[in-house]
Amino acid sequence: MSGLLILPILLPLAGGAAVILVKADARRSFYLALTSAGLHTMAAGLLFWHIHLNGILATQIGNWPAPFGITLVADRLSAVMVMITAIISLAVTSYSKADIDASLVRRGYYCLLQILVCGICGAFLTGDIFNLYVWFEVMLMASFGLLIIGQSKTQLDGGVKYVVINLLATLLFLTAIGLLYGLTGTLNMADLHLKVPLIANRGLLTAIAMLFLAAFGIKGALFPLFFWLPAAYHTPPVSVSAIFSGLLTKVGIYALIRVFTLVFSVEMAYFYTLLPVMAALTMITGVLGAAAQNEFRRILSFHIISQVGYMLMGLALQTRLALAGTIFYLVHHIIVKANLFLVSGVVKRLQGSFELAQLGGIYRSNGWIAFLFFIPAFSLAGFPPLSGFWAKMILIRASLDIHAYWLAFVAAVVGLLTVYSMTKIWAEVFWKPAPVINHAAEPMTARNISAWMLAPIAALTMLTIIIGLGAEVVFRFAFQAAEELSHPEYYVHAVLGKR
Amino acid sequence: MQTLCAILVGVMVAASVYLILDRNLIRFIFGLVLVGNAINLLIFAVGGLDSQRPPIIPNNTAAVQEPFANALPQALILTAIVIGFALLSFIFVLFYRAYQDLGTVDTEFMRAAESDTNPQLPVSRPKSEGPA
Repeated sequence: MSGLLILPILLPLAGGAAVILVKADARRSFYLALTSAGLHTMAAGLLFWHIHLNGILATQIGNWPAPFGITLVADRLSAVMVMITAIISLAVTSYSKADIDASLVRRGYYCLLQILVCGICGAFLTGDIFNLYVWFEVMLMASFGLLIIGQSKTQLDGGVKYVVINLLATLLFLTAIGLLYGLTGTLNMADLHLKVPLIANRGLLTAIAMLFLAAFGIKGALFPLFFWLPAAYHTPPVSVSAIFSGLLTKVGIYALIRVFTLVFSVEMAYFYTLLPVMAALTMITGVLGAAAQNEFRRILSFHIISQVGYMLMGLALQTRLALAGTIFYLVHHIIVKANLFLVSGVVKRLQGSFELAQLGGIYRSNGWIAFLFFIPAFSLAGFPPLSGFWAKMILIRASLDIHAYWLAFVAAVVGLLTVYSMTKIWAEVFWKPAPVINHAAEPMTARNISAWMLAPIAALTMLTIIIGLGAEVVFRFAFQAAEELSHPEYYVHAVLGKR
Repeated sequence: MQTLCAILVGVMVAASVYLILDRNLIRFIFGLVLVGNAINLLIFAVGGLDSQRPPIIPNNTAAVQEPFANALPQALILTAIVIGFALLSFIFVLFYRAYQDLGTVDTEFMRAAESDTNPQLPVSRPKSEGPA
């Protein structure tokens, strides 16, 4: 059974290594990467199914007994995150066939993509907090490479900001791990769950919790720490933007959920007065920032921030229903957001720009592309019966349940403002007549859009609709996952055996 | 020894924060090197700086006697140093490339990705096939 846990990490790693060998041949690189991503999706699917049926699975690497060696663990949250990562990886790999130039492939594009996925899956599956740091670094190194691949001026500028702030975040993370080890003498997260409540020095513990919050807050682009994201995410090729927007900030959110439900599951009143405020401000600044933008990908980038606020809101409310809402939101958001970026790339292909002012008339010329944008965009904005509606509804319901009316109000208003941004894109890009300047630039016709690009968009759109229509099944799963998170005993038992 | 180390870490972090807040990227790099080392020292100190209490189990006893100098943080530091070195070499190259292309190391003037007036430069096109 342990193979199930190792494969989602090992397959992309092996895929990345294999792609290097055929780097010079863009075609073979692509098919190799696609095969690897396909196998990865299957392995992740198996893991997901196994966890869904049998509950938490844990394995000790190198057969070192639990608190001493490195543990890989998958509970429902990890399993669903790995599953979504694999799906997005497959979609983006397919999209890259048409989006990424051969020269970039020769520079190792697919290798970096595979290693990125390897790092992300590692972060989702590890049960050891120092190992989590290592996977973060793997992921970061690959993302640095992907962000500046091609080395245009804007990419280098965005890259500098991204690299700088993320390096500081990992250093904070490392400091927190060091101090936590000093206090407890263990790095295994299940073991930490048992040892942290015994620590007498509550002040230092709060300081460590804050360091974790700052480190993951930077990764997850939370309120005062998000400025690197809109500076960087619109600069790389569309495929890279899409996978970043879908997955990277969510790894930060995942780490926050894991650390604050498992390691710091003890009373931390100060922390839980801070979190809802951060969540609300993250939602508001993100959505207002988006309203001020006039570039397709920058609008989407700011929306990542506001959406991350919703996920934080679920963690801040602490109830089981709220956590279920966060998990639902994660699943919904990753699919929808990556898809929107992929659509922006198709629009760029058609009309040669991301600037709203230079775009227009796509509904008239390519109605079905407009449809493919319409579904994820209004899912993001929370229109029933699409996935985003259910995700928002669960979170708002959860905040009403515990009488956090102001937070529910903020969430609803931010949802409304999201509609504003999405209708802005809809009106500018798809509805209004195409501006005259485009015709001089010889726009591509729809036939020039490769099926490799359209298939993943269509598939992700279908997935959004399916999640929306089958919301009950997804919700039941999310609720079970939240149940596991609010009962860390199960996790501890799976890792350490019976105590 | 522990106190001395704590003070040293504090001074190093303070100095590195000062450097990191500078607009000049070169100073930022120095700050980054410094803070990386300060954190490594911190983890080192966490393990217990004591030459008198080795983590060796004495004869006739089952476990090592507390308190002892823990050697595991040194393994953590080793990992952190290796990763830090890789990141640092990457960041040197990145900053140098950014300096070549943007013509400045002053973050105030690095606005290529966030300019509101100029149209976006084309992305996803490699500049040339020259050495990266």
